[in-house]
Amino acid sequence: MKPLQRVQEQFSADIIETHAFRGDETAIIRPSSLLAIAKFLKETPELDFNFLMDLTAVDYLFYAGGRIQKEFRFEVVYHFFSLKHNHRIRLKVPVDEKSPEVDTLCNLWASANWYEREVWDMYGIKFKGHPDLRRILMYEEFVGHALRKDYPVNKRQPLIGPQN
Amino acid sequence: MSFLSSPTNFFTSKLNDALGWARKFSIFQYPFVTACCGMEYMATNCSHYDQDRFGAGFPRFSPRQSDVLFVVGTISHKMAPVLKTVHDQMCDPKWVVAFGVCTCTGGFYDNYSTVMGIDTIIPVDIYIPGCPPRPENVLDGLMKLQDKIQKGEQSRTLYDPRTKIGRPAELAQGYTIEGHIKHIESVS
Repeated sequence: MKPLQRVQEQFSADIIETHAFRGDETAIIRPSSLLAIAKFLKETPELDFNFLMDLTAVDYLFYAGGRIQKEFRFEVVYHFFSLKHNHRIRLKVPVDEKSPEVDTLCNLWASANWYEREVWDMYGIKFKGHPDLRRILMYEEFVGHALRKDYPVNKRQPLIGPQN
Repeated sequence: MSFLSSPTNFFTSKLNDALGWARKFSIFQYPFVTACCGMEYMATNCSHYDQDRFGAGFPRFSPRQSDVLFVVGTISHKMAPVLKTVHDQMCDPKWVVAFGVCTCTGGFYDNYSTVMGIDTIIPVDIYIPGCPPRPENVLDGLMKLQDKIQKGEQSRTLYDPRTKIGRPAELAQGYTIEGHIKHIESVS
């Protein structure tokens, strides 16, 4: 059975939408169910997703030139891989602009720690329960989040030197 | 006439020449390598092009023992205070080479993270643009640096982005998103 089917059976109420493109299976899930689904993916023997390959986010402000309005501004994207079974799954969690916060996966995959710090640094999405949520790429003096689509492309915040 | 009794101005000018000659063939360089330009820098240092022919083959990884600061690769705003500290730690006389277009003007970067030319932070003597510059280009820059060292010249001024003074005219324009869009429109 495909991993996506397994998840759909187990968590039918928490899945907003699914799609598969050339074997890349994706599930868009409710934020409240993230921890439960992640734990299920990791700890079920026939799924055994032991590798968090990537964790990133997307800002859908001005998406498609502003023609497409999404219900939620952000999406946090998780890519999982099983070294044992050689299969993959992608989870997407919609995140609200007013309270950008999702649960941390640090307790399940240690690699989530730095990924989540990067997402916080670049998009300003908080991770509830993260042990050390600091900026990872930018300096502490930096104000704002650089990859948000409303961050001005020409805005500079140099530590030394002119505002060039 | 003995050597010491010669006129003072004649004697010192010849001494400076001798010092310049000695300095230009014993360049102790500090390679501040941060990005992809480092590969071309290594190619220049290896046997095929061999920077050592110009007396510049021996990198010192301590700023206090080096004469020339080679800034090789993109400098981000987070790295800028480190670069300034390294430059401050070098003893006079010192020279700075901007290696690659990112260090000259910021290159194609025009964003939140990149310093738009290291000459806004530290004075630059030789600009070697290119993305990355070919080894021939680097050796040409090195020879121009040797001329400068021979003459005893050092750059002391910074580039001011508001007045646009302090950078060679060829580089003064730099990269802008507006300019890039204009270029795309003119080509298509």
